[in-house]
Amino acid sequence: MQAFRQLEAVAAPLARANIDTDQIVPALYLQKPRSDNFGHYLFHDVRHDARGERRPDFVLNAAVYAEARILVAGRNFGCGSSREHAVWALHDGGFRAVIAPSFGDIFHSNALKNGLLPVRLPESVVDDLLAALLAAPGTRLRVDLEAQVVTGPQGRAEPFVTDPFARHCLLEGLDEIDYTLTQEARIEDFERHRAID
Amino acid sequence: MPLAPAPRTLFDKIWEPHVVMQRDDGQSLLYVDRHLVQDGSAPAFEMLRQRGLGVRRADLAFATPDHYVPTGSRRLADIADGEKRAMAQALQDDSAAAGIRFFGLDDERQGIVHVVGPEQGLSLPGAVIVCGDSHTATHGALGALAFGIGASEVAHVLATQTLWQRKPRTLRVVIDGRLPAGVSAKDIILGVIAKVGAGGGTGHVIEYAGEAIRALSMEGRMTVCNMSIEAGARAGLVAPDDTTFAWLAGRPHAPRGPTWDAALARWRGLPTDDGAVFDHEVRLNAADIAPMVTWGNSPEDALPITGRVPDPADAPSAERRDALQRTLAYMGLQPGQPLTALSVDRVFIGSCTNGRIEDLRSAAAVARGRRVAEGVEAWVVPGSGLVKRQAETEGLDAVFRAAGFQWRHAGCSMCLGTNGDQVAAGQRCASTSNRNFVGRQGPGSRTHLMSPAMAAAAAVTGRLADVRDLPSTR
Repeated sequence: MQAFRQLEAVAAPLARANIDTDQIVPALYLQKPRSDNFGHYLFHDVRHDARGERRPDFVLNAAVYAEARILVAGRNFGCGSSREHAVWALHDGGFRAVIAPSFGDIFHSNALKNGLLPVRLPESVVDDLLAALLAAPGTRLRVDLEAQVVTGPQGRAEPFVTDPFARHCLLEGLDEIDYTLTQEARIEDFERHRAID
Repeated sequence: MPLAPAPRTLFDKIWEPHVVMQRDDGQSLLYVDRHLVQDGSAPAFEMLRQRGLGVRRADLAFATPDHYVPTGSRRLADIADGEKRAMAQALQDDSAAAGIRFFGLDDERQGIVHVVGPEQGLSLPGAVIVCGDSHTATHGALGALAFGIGASEVAHVLATQTLWQRKPRTLRVVIDGRLPAGVSAKDIILGVIAKVGAGGGTGHVIEYAGEAIRALSMEGRMTVCNMSIEAGARAGLVAPDDTTFAWLAGRPHAPRGPTWDAALARWRGLPTDDGAVFDHEVRLNAADIAPMVTWGNSPEDALPITGRVPDPADAPSAERRDALQRTLAYMGLQPGQPLTALSVDRVFIGSCTNGRIEDLRSAAAVARGRRVAEGVEAWVVPGSGLVKRQAETEGLDAVFRAAGFQWRHAGCSMCLGTNGDQVAAGQRCASTSNRNFVGRQGPGSRTHLMSPAMAAAAAVTGRLADVRDLPSTR
């Protein structure tokens, strides 16, 4: 897994609640191999109109967000389907962090395993960030996982918390399966005792 | 005198004996009893191959294709799109290579994995069950801790038979009293989601309790648990009871003989103890629940069928008003329109939410002696080959066909359209599935979620209709 330590980048505001993973990547693309660039499918059906043209009213289509690497969104981001493709689409589309008041549980877990940092901040803080980004498109934010702080446009520091184990894996770019396999003796032990029960 | 043990919840009683180890930071390594695998799993098997890892406990896994299978025939070759066909084929090949039991299209036991698991007795009370699909909560109806996982976690389970989890919080949803006539399990869960919101259960495991839940059949309990994820909760549970045990007894993979007796003794100890504490509790009165339909693009956008399309002018904030306007535009709705004024183009009866025998019986009871309205295309897609056969034994297929419904083969089908069964752009669909998201049933599709009886009522009237106005003709 690609490590994540800190990032300063343009942040794109997506001021909508309950953005489901069907919107992030429609089911039509789930059979594509991981070697594909899933960035092409990111928000495909909300980003394009029926003729396949990019909709000018969808925020990520603005030129100023071409280099955006942080997404700021409303509550319950990534709800719905467990498709990890939603994380791959954001990742391949250049995003390395998503800031929202809350996340769908499965999306949150999937993100941490792919080097995409989900940052939970209080709803009032996210609302302020969204307002600032909408007022000044192209604003940059800084996300520091080591210090667990998001630094906003006026230099305001907003602390966040990441699960310690997930944080460690992200900082070091560690693979969870490799780590678990170091605990194999305990799994075997568990299986032996259960068989006796 | 020894202290009495602290009262525990059903969830606690399943969680604790499955903890292999606990880290100081609060993460638990949880042992998985049953891993259900479907045809979206090719990326997870690929992750294993890239690491040179094998499947640790193929004997605890079980596979059947559902997302990509055709429902017009039982031939894999009929999947026109090569990439989609490859997904279904990959599951067969990966299962064979790993030694995982597999029910393919030539096997009557094939079906939607969340219908097949309980049907085969693979999903048992007290078990930890996972699957790379968010509707895994379905199996919680049997008193199992069952939740959906992503591809990386599927690979983790295949390689280690375990998962790292932080202990979730608990939410008890109590439905007091008895359901009125014409109101079903689907109406309960849509009512719950409307009340707690699409994110209301995030980070929680829900236990459904109360008189109305106890009175539900296993099929009804599965419908309720199935949509827990639509309230944000990864898992939903119902305490196992005599309804559960009677339903499970004799199923192919359920324990037998003395093993059954021992299991039963264990399972009877699973229900939540009196006095056990939940982090949150929500109560609804069954008498207040009416037949529900969704109008918007989130399952929380549910109203009684007697309701009207909300008016953005009444929205509490500018953000909410914008969201409502966007939703109404996508769904082709006018503020204040009665829901019963909405005409439908398609009807879909099926899915892991409502593709079981009881669902088909309740839809058939409405369809019997009536005709699908002019211009409506209505489908019935049984949840498994065995559900299909049972329905045919009961003559339900004949009822549906006589009414003008299409009677198809088992699969996920039009719930999400991965196999090509889609609702066309701009078409309105009355659907018994679980998600009304933008584009869920196909780009531009307009989905209204409801119970099987309500979907049948929509099919025969050609519009969203109150099933209480359509008495059974039998």
